[in-house]
Amino acid sequence: MNIHEYQAKAVLKEFGAPVADGVPILTLDDVQTAVDTLPGPLWVVKSQIHAGGRGKGKFVEAAAGEKGGVRLAFSKEEVMDHAKAMLGNHLVTAQTSADGKQVNRLYVEDGADIASELYLSLLVDRETGQPAFVASTEGGMDIEAVAHDTPDKILTLPIDPMAGVTEDAAGKLCDALALEGAAREDGMKLFPVLYKAFTEKDMSMLEINPLIVMENGHLRVLDAKVSFDGNALFRHPDIMELRDTTEEDEKEIEASEWDLAYIALDGTIGCMVNGAGLAMATMDIIKLYGEEPANFCDVGGGANAEKVAAAFKIIMKDPNVKGILVNIFGGIMKCDVIAEGVIQAVKETSLAVPLVVRLEGTNVEKGKEILAQSGMNIIPADDLDDAAQKIVAAVKGA
Amino acid sequence: MSILIDSNTKVMVQGLTGKTGSFHTNQALEYFGTQMVAGTHPRKAGESWTADNGASLPIYANAADAKDATGANASVIYVPPAGAAAAIEEAIDAEIPLIVCITEGVPVLDMVRVKAKLDRSNSRLIGPNCPGLLTPEQCKIGIMPGKIFKKGSVGVVSRSGTLTYEAVYQTSVEGLGQTSAVGIGGDPVKGTEFIDVLEMFLADDETESIVMIGEIGGTAEEDAAQFLIDEAKKGRKKPMVGFIAGRTAPKGRTMGHAGAIVSGGKGDAESKIAAMEAAGIKVSPSPARLGTTMVEVLKG
Repeated sequence: MNIHEYQAKAVLKEFGAPVADGVPILTLDDVQTAVDTLPGPLWVVKSQIHAGGRGKGKFVEAAAGEKGGVRLAFSKEEVMDHAKAMLGNHLVTAQTSADGKQVNRLYVEDGADIASELYLSLLVDRETGQPAFVASTEGGMDIEAVAHDTPDKILTLPIDPMAGVTEDAAGKLCDALALEGAAREDGMKLFPVLYKAFTEKDMSMLEINPLIVMENGHLRVLDAKVSFDGNALFRHPDIMELRDTTEEDEKEIEASEWDLAYIALDGTIGCMVNGAGLAMATMDIIKLYGEEPANFCDVGGGANAEKVAAAFKIIMKDPNVKGILVNIFGGIMKCDVIAEGVIQAVKETSLAVPLVVRLEGTNVEKGKEILAQSGMNIIPADDLDDAAQKIVAAVKGA
Repeated sequence: MSILIDSNTKVMVQGLTGKTGSFHTNQALEYFGTQMVAGTHPRKAGESWTADNGASLPIYANAADAKDATGANASVIYVPPAGAAAAIEEAIDAEIPLIVCITEGVPVLDMVRVKAKLDRSNSRLIGPNCPGLLTPEQCKIGIMPGKIFKKGSVGVVSRSGTLTYEAVYQTSVEGLGQTSAVGIGGDPVKGTEFIDVLEMFLADDETESIVMIGEIGGTAEEDAAQFLIDEAKKGRKKPMVGFIAGRTAPKGRTMGHAGAIVSGGKGDAESKIAAMEAAGIKVSPSPARLGTTMVEVLKG
């Protein structure tokens, strides 16, 4: 789960990280509070959307002006002007679609005098199975480009969870970031703080880009991007409250309510599968036969008939769906349960597109029997190849 | 021979009394009499669990008690995500040699903690978020459907649960059968990697060929390919067929498995396929042709 920059900063501030004072803006009424609370003389007005590249982004609406999604203000009036220009309009960045994302929230922050920009992040390194810091002096840039062009400028430092961030580890990070004087002292304190926030809140990524050294020699978290491990949210009700569903796909939200994994894609075939590997393989084979999936819905293990029916309806809501492929290889899932769910859903949705069902695994005979006896127009398939060919042929023929 | 499990393996179940644990324990008992010997439950010690076939399994308070009383040398975990890591740690503390965690959705940082403990122990963990493992006609641990298996000569190792079944099903249809099949699981932090299982298959005399199924994300497939190249130089090599799921997955999207994501050009299908082919693995373009591809490879 992703959260906004201002929420991420509030979480980090709780743990003691140095962030600027700021005020979130949900309506224009909040702007007055912001300028009254923050002393100036420099304010930064930042669009809050779940996508990076905001500063270099551009608004769709002409009224928003030519500037990007992050704007400097040198007077209180200018703060208001920027807020009016951005709030409610659509920002297009390198990470959004061409339609952009509607800016429903802003964040007004105290400006800072920047001496240098650094990069710092924390994630779980799968090679070591440990949390790892990634640090570079090349801040404010696309870190993947830095990794590609100048890999020697990046330090990846795994942290042994039994030891935590030792003095030695913090020192190495200071060296990698070329921190000196007050900034080094700040860094020695900051790294353990970030590690604590990362582990205690079950973050999956914490990225500070840039981390800045200010003219006064101290460190500050200038931008923060945090995402959380969805599997751990059950133990963080405070974090759950930060969820902004306006940033998410409506169908993905509905799917998550049923504990289904739904992914929207660009093609014409709706896919219901069990398991992420089978989902990807199903997508691969559909493309191999010349069509594209419109979406896939992973019902995972242990679904019941209601859940399968819910998955079916979510798939059907996508107007691009011209055919549906159900591909289930049941281990933990029982094929008869899938069959009952499919029939229940077909009854409730008055299905108007071709449906190919391929079942294999636990209770497969029972599942096939239920489908065959339903009297519904369901095209049975014997294996993955057969299923993919049949649905592609059906969609192309339609 | 087989790897990791055989007819002598004695299995306890952590989470036996739940719906999933009960269902799959019944299935295991039905599968050539897999030796299911005990269950654990912190508040049900002294009670027993009755299988569909009338068998009765004693319940112990924890893994250590169950091991002491029954001589169990493997444990399978069906505990819900919030308690799964603690269940693995309990099994590590009880010094169970083989721990298999089926549970899907274990928090990643819980697994970070578990892995640190595991690395300092003598236990082997398979999973989490995996279908388990199976040796045909001998022992079934986990949720793989037993009826698709056939005793034979192919070793199957896979990161994806359902694609493990595809590989098994197809090699059975082709008449090759399997020595053992191991689903290592799709999570980013897990107990057993490809290399561990490939080492065992290379060492196993009855395993004549290997199917390896990977997916996008991480570098485990590339590491495994390098391992195979190094072993081939030492004269250890077996015919192999591979598949990588997610060849057509959009970049930057997590495809269900927390591990299945391509970012920054790392972990994409093309790099994995190239590495596997360089190691002499015949990579099938279609997940539906794993069995037929193996037949072709074996014909030479």
